[in-house]
Amino acid sequence: MGFQVFVPFCPWKVLLLLVALKCSEATSDLNESTNATAQHEPNVRFAAASSEPDEKISVFALDYDYVQIPYEVTLWILLASLAKIGFHLYHRLPGLMPESCLLIIVGALVGAIIFGTDHKSPPVMDSNIYFLYLLPPIILEGGYFMPTRPFFENIGSILWWAGLGALINAFGIGLSLYLICQIKAFGLSDINLLQNLLFGSLISSVDPVAVLAVFEEARVNEPLYMMIFGEALLNDGISVVLYNILIAFTKMHKFEAIKPVDILAGCARFIIVGLGGVFFGIVFGFISAFITRFTQNISAIEPLIVFMFSYLSYLAAETLYLSGILAITACAVTMKKYVEENVSQTSYTTIKYFMKMLSSVSETLIFIFMGVSTVGKNHEWNWAFVCFTLAFCQIWRAISVFALFYVSNQFRTFPFSIKDQCIIFYSGVRGAGSFSLAFLLPLSLFPRKKMFVTATLVVIYFTVFIQGITIGPLVRYLGVKKTNKKESINEELHIRLMDHLKAGIEDVCGQWSHYQVRDKFKKFDHRYLRKILIRKNLPKSSIVSLYKKLEMKQAIEMVETGILNSTSFSIPHQAQRIQGTKRLSPEDVESMRDILTRNMYQVRQRTLSYNKYNLKPQTSEKQAKEILTRRYNTLRDSMRKGHSLPWGKPADTKNIRYLSFPYSNPQPTRRDLRAEELADNSSSDSDLSFIMFNANSQTRSLQERQLIQEIIPMKNLNRGGKPSNFGYPRSTSQEERVGRGRWAALRPKPLFHSVDEEYESGAESEEEASTIGSRWSAEHRRRRDHRSHSPLLQKK
Amino acid sequence: MGSHSSAAARIPDSDDIRRETGFSQASLVRLYHRFRSLDRNKKGYLSRADLQQIGALAVNPLGDRIIDSFFPDGSLQVDFPGFVRVLAHFRPVNDEDTRTRDPKEPEPLNSRMNKLRFAFQLYDQDRDGKISQQEMLQVLRLMVGVQVTEEQLESIADRTVQEADEDGDGAVSFLEFTKSLEKMNIEQKMSIRILK
Repeated sequence: MGFQVFVPFCPWKVLLLLVALKCSEATSDLNESTNATAQHEPNVRFAAASSEPDEKISVFALDYDYVQIPYEVTLWILLASLAKIGFHLYHRLPGLMPESCLLIIVGALVGAIIFGTDHKSPPVMDSNIYFLYLLPPIILEGGYFMPTRPFFENIGSILWWAGLGALINAFGIGLSLYLICQIKAFGLSDINLLQNLLFGSLISSVDPVAVLAVFEEARVNEPLYMMIFGEALLNDGISVVLYNILIAFTKMHKFEAIKPVDILAGCARFIIVGLGGVFFGIVFGFISAFITRFTQNISAIEPLIVFMFSYLSYLAAETLYLSGILAITACAVTMKKYVEENVSQTSYTTIKYFMKMLSSVSETLIFIFMGVSTVGKNHEWNWAFVCFTLAFCQIWRAISVFALFYVSNQFRTFPFSIKDQCIIFYSGVRGAGSFSLAFLLPLSLFPRKKMFVTATLVVIYFTVFIQGITIGPLVRYLGVKKTNKKESINEELHIRLMDHLKAGIEDVCGQWSHYQVRDKFKKFDHRYLRKILIRKNLPKSSIVSLYKKLEMKQAIEMVETGILNSTSFSIPHQAQRIQGTKRLSPEDVESMRDILTRNMYQVRQRTLSYNKYNLKPQTSEKQAKEILTRRYNTLRDSMRKGHSLPWGKPADTKNIRYLSFPYSNPQPTRRDLRAEELADNSSSDSDLSFIMFNANSQTRSLQERQLIQEIIPMKNLNRGGKPSNFGYPRSTSQEERVGRGRWAALRPKPLFHSVDEEYESGAESEEEASTIGSRWSAEHRRRRDHRSHSPLLQKK
Repeated sequence: MGSHSSAAARIPDSDDIRRETGFSQASLVRLYHRFRSLDRNKKGYLSRADLQQIGALAVNPLGDRIIDSFFPDGSLQVDFPGFVRVLAHFRPVNDEDTRTRDPKEPEPLNSRMNKLRFAFQLYDQDRDGKISQQEMLQVLRLMVGVQVTEEQLESIADRTVQEADEDGDGAVSFLEFTKSLEKMNIEQKMSIRILK
């Protein structure tokens, strides 16, 4: 274990050496590299070449100036990536501390090196670069990966909390600091109210997403997760808006000239900026969704469209002084639903990964820059200011949390407990946002800027390290009761059973929501928006080839799972089949318990795991695949055993003809692919899912069941309104069984996909399925050529 | 609120149901909405197929059994009272409930005993009141990944039955089941917050 930790450090050493080497070489070559020289570099280069008419051509020459900025930026990013690799190699580490800790440490290291070698760091951060290039990817990523359903379910609380909380924090901290500044003893009296307010607004911008990864371990409940996520999302926007408004105020030099009218104007501006931004975002989102409808032949530009339109929404909003951040967030949220259905599989993957990459790069740069500024000479330390800032941050956050939640709890169906509120309070970790805003304070208006920067850095370091590292244990302490470690196997098994049971019943209950609004929106969405924004059905592929393809997949699958089932592990010698009451030794019990703990299926997590720094790993898909495969196998076996179905009713041909319902298939191929991607390998065993699962109902049950009743609903599950074409009438009993199997084979992954979607995006496959089912059955009613069965088919 | 009261009026026998299950009016209304949204064709009852539509249940290892528990005694349909009756087992337990309860009345559906009974019948598929080694094995098979061998599963099942079995009949009766779980906080494990 120890060795594993050391290994990642080796490449670091090499890299550090390299960096140091380069830096020292660079310093010997540099005169001053300032911003100006950076722009003049190309000229300088050629000028140098021409102004020194050397007789000989140097074989080796070094021109560091030319590449300095990109070179160093690249090195920084690489360094951070290597650090992240090392961070994740030791698998327990991400659960212990937020990844921001790591980035800050790396930044500090780089800063130390740069400081040590007396090198001037590249000007990565100025106002334009930050607001135009570094910030949008971060926000876009947050908006795109946001789980929309829980977000909108909790939207009231989130807006109330994030909006008001930010305001309360900003003004509270600002005012308190102003009062402190009035005290002559601290030497701060030259800081006026506005500057304090501005500082308050920038320091109150939290980045709690950083701690979400830490929450993962402890599995906090969904509303809590959403509150934190929502706060992170809206917080940036609000802080920046406040910041800009206050900067505008600060530019009006005469503070006495600020009348109440101006303040009212400021408030109105705040609202307009927010709403306007959202409006822009939605418009651009729809436009881009609409455009992706036509890109099936040039799928390579699909990611481009997504990114460009989001960025455009940001820029357009910024042009009008509206909130670009809220615009890009709204754009991402709007766009996501429709774009995901329109774009090709590879574009979808590309978009996801590229987004993560961009935001990762941005954040890394900001943090490293932060580290670089930490180690340097431009600090001004003022004990009073720093300490009071820290204290007030905590105090005001506590006040705002408890006060606001007290009020919102009155209106919530499921109020947040005190524990939840404590967790929310404690998760107020500052991050890159605050630092950027502090760094970008205009020096002309803020003569004591250095002190602000120092204070900000202290708060960030404190919250990220101390709060970030201790929040994990805190959550665990608050949430989980200490259980008796020596659990018997009984308890182990039963506990897991109950967890699954509880999860299942929760799914049956569904999640409460504001039905009317959501239903109305869904109806509107289906009736109008989807028609406009989503591609029409893809041209029907040949039925025969589709059949063949799926059959082959199924065959391969069956072979694979067959192999899987027969792999043998070494079993402990004594743990053979025991009849009677032979006592097992404790080691065997131990090993059994181990086997159980390691191999029992995890309970599905309702809480979506959002990780800021990488995409969700695919373990849940593997588990789902296994479960569904098992169901399929059980059903297959039970069907193999004879014509008569386990539930006692012989299948009759009439039923089979149901299978011959043609259903046009547009996208199972794409859905297949997508689910393949999800399933992590190209197997189609997710096909298996088909879920004959439903047909699989209780092989043990004694009642009769209509086969039809079982199979039809499976069709209902065909997601996204893509019934596939099937026109194979089967009338013989021989083909019956095969037909059933084939029909099963055609059961496309859609179900799997929809199931997975429920994991990933919180989409309600049930609701989707209902509309799809109705659409489907409407289509089929025309084609039905025999009466029967299931009342399911008779409606709509 | 207005919509709620009219919805409540539409629920047949809502008072009886409330008395039997202990749900609040608001919860009952919400459950009714859920029932209606699950009931695709507005039949007024739920069939297995309706419950199987719930995607997440499909990937729950115990999905089938959970669905079964809604259809006791081999019926094919479950109406709203039946639906609610099952869900009532998962209502969080209030301390006031236990204190003010009249001991002569039957236990509320969400008592510890009833919760345990509910869990028990997930194991005991043939309803003989005992969990045999076979039934334990079946449950194990459902809940464990494919890489565990059959022999390992069998020995684990053996061990499980052995640990709980006190009277030596090779099966776990309900009382033995209860006893093996006496240290566990069933009230918390089998309660769903939103069903208050």
